[in-house]
Amino acid sequence: MATVTPPRGAGTTELPISALSVERPSRSWRDVLGRLDVKVSPYLYIAPFFLLFLLVGVFPLAYTAFVSLHDWHLLGGQGDFVGFQNYVEVVQQPRFLTALRNTGSIFLLSSIPQVFLAIIVAAILDANLRAKTFWRMGVLLPYVVAPVAVSLIFSRLFADQSGLINEILGNLGFDAIRWHADVFASHVAIASMVNFRWTGYTTLIFLAAMQAVPRDLYEAATIDGAGRVRRFFSVTVPMLRPTIIFVIITATIGGLQIFDEPRLFDQLGQGGADRQWMTMTMFLYELGWGAQKSFGRASAVAWILFVIIVAIGLINFTITRRIASSTGAPSRRKRP
Amino acid sequence: MRTYSQRWTLAAGATGIALLATGCASDATTEPSAPTGDEAITLTIATFNEFGYEELITEYEALNPNITIEHRKAATSQEARDKMNTGLAAGSGLADIEAVEVDWWPELMQYEANLSDLSSDEVEGRWLDWKTADATTPDGKLVGYGTDIGPEAICYRSDLFAQAGLPTDRAEVAALLEGDWETYFEVGAQFVKTTGIPWFESANAIYGAQVNQMEEPYETKGGTTTPLEENAEIKALYERTLEASVDQELSAHLGQWSEDWTAAFQTDGFATMLCPGWMLGVIEGNAAGVTGWDIADVFPGGGGNWGGSYLTVPAQSEHVEEATALAAWLTAPEQQIKAFEAKGTFPSQVAALESENLLSQTNEFFNGAPTGQILASRAEAIEVQPFKGPNYFAIHQAVSDAITRVDVDQTDTPASSWEKALTAVEELGLN
Repeated sequence: MATVTPPRGAGTTELPISALSVERPSRSWRDVLGRLDVKVSPYLYIAPFFLLFLLVGVFPLAYTAFVSLHDWHLLGGQGDFVGFQNYVEVVQQPRFLTALRNTGSIFLLSSIPQVFLAIIVAAILDANLRAKTFWRMGVLLPYVVAPVAVSLIFSRLFADQSGLINEILGNLGFDAIRWHADVFASHVAIASMVNFRWTGYTTLIFLAAMQAVPRDLYEAATIDGAGRVRRFFSVTVPMLRPTIIFVIITATIGGLQIFDEPRLFDQLGQGGADRQWMTMTMFLYELGWGAQKSFGRASAVAWILFVIIVAIGLINFTITRRIASSTGAPSRRKRP
Repeated sequence: MRTYSQRWTLAAGATGIALLATGCASDATTEPSAPTGDEAITLTIATFNEFGYEELITEYEALNPNITIEHRKAATSQEARDKMNTGLAAGSGLADIEAVEVDWWPELMQYEANLSDLSSDEVEGRWLDWKTADATTPDGKLVGYGTDIGPEAICYRSDLFAQAGLPTDRAEVAALLEGDWETYFEVGAQFVKTTGIPWFESANAIYGAQVNQMEEPYETKGGTTTPLEENAEIKALYERTLEASVDQELSAHLGQWSEDWTAAFQTDGFATMLCPGWMLGVIEGNAAGVTGWDIADVFPGGGGNWGGSYLTVPAQSEHVEEATALAAWLTAPEQQIKAFEAKGTFPSQVAALESENLLSQTNEFFNGAPTGQILASRAEAIEVQPFKGPNYFAIHQAVSDAITRVDVDQTDTPASSWEKALTAVEELGLN
């Protein structure tokens, strides 16, 4: 409240003190609340997310670490404290390395083509097509289909003896590919299921980023005589650098945890008799619910996977950041 | 600053929403197990494959108007098993009645407090001895009501037999294949040489059937586990099975229940199959439109049992008494015979095995064969039940994987695959 002082020379009428508004002591409830409102409410607005994250993110992480330090049976429950023995046992099992190999291979086979394909399809969708919305929505349809349904259909395609692809190959005169016996073939099959599902999603992310590119850059390039392809490589891709970083990081996190597609690739769900396509998450499931029934070991694998994902995520980030410039705009123009 | 009345409206609105939210919370009131008979309850029953319960459930609902039954079906028994283990570990999420396969008992018995005691005078002596024995705890508690057993016969394609010049009449085929596994393989070798069509579909099925005829396959009844590298009997079975499957080319190199296996029924993929009662429904489904299937009253090695299930009531259920009543009704001889008519699940109840109703059953798809009589005769021929301790399933899986590597995937030789199986068993850290 503004203070009012009696004007000078207005007379010496003595006003009662109570009539003067002086600085009220700032101890009233209202003032306290007002100050709190300014300082604290931003934190309160974002608190729900963090509380939820604490509950469903941090607590399970900590509890899994707790479980991994014990001998913990699926049905029997908590056993003795064994320290890091679970980690040691898990890393020594030959299937651990197999799972790592499979996970890395499927991750690379699914992420790399996906990103390339997504950028190209997004560029095409960004052009002036007819029925733009229809095409843009159509590209997202595979994402909407349930992974189980996708696996059912693709297993008809990829069956070793009765599958459609092998039939076509046979008609063309090639040997049948052993999708469920050969390691690399199984990875290609699973990666194609993953790409089928996720390419549309990635495309839309790139499309959104492309639409934020100022059109006058394209005009300038066209005036300078750049063709479509040159415009794509010299204008679009550099402007997409931040989005590319984002997509690569999320693809890394998701790609190293692929579970649905390899699990439904055959009727047993183990990843093949020789674990040809067993990923780390499937290995985790086998340790916890399979013959070993050990939650302790499964939790150890979960934490090892977490550390691996964080490490690879950081590596990816450093590399793509080196390539990308900080402003995202084309730089390094040589001044005459 | 908001006006006084606006603030009160806001407060009233917030309180209203909070009250509504608590009201909308699910009524997870635990109802007492004592039935009042007129209370409307919903019972859930979880099964896998085909138990033949569809019509029976409708019948029970008609008999008990206050009870609604929800039937959850898992596609494979492995799925159902995973789901059950998860539910037991979590302490909630299981159905009121859970179907259990005989292979799961060794694990479940280790934690039998999870299942309700179902012993009662009503069901005393209802089933075959060896059937009830598996579901009884060491201190005499009955935790599962037997549903079906899987006495095995041989199903065959009489049209393919005719092509090879083999007899096609049921009785003649039975005479032809009478004997042990060597006889079966010999006739098979002859067949394959003549027609080039595989004799059986999967080496693992043959191996599994032979293991089911052993008394102590992987563990002794005393409780010790035979180390796999010292298990000469199993190794011999393994090698002979693979020799017949791969070297003699009797196998169609299919994994059971896979996409290729299902498709092979339609393309003359193989001539014979080991057939427990519950497989009849499966064959009829997969081989729809194919004529020529028949079933012979014979089995290599005399008799064998493959599978067989039970109904259990988990202790976590909220309606233990009603669920037990439903389970008792479903596993009564009359109901099991109806299930057999529907899906071929052969009864394990003593009264059912002797009933005229069962013995006069025929199956149209299998050339009008008297399946009731054939399977009853096969059930009588069962002499041995394998001992299944806590490590049975794990070791069996390791050897099955080894056979799949050689037979289906063809990535290994029998010797290298056996080495991998030994490593896999070692990883388990069994005692």
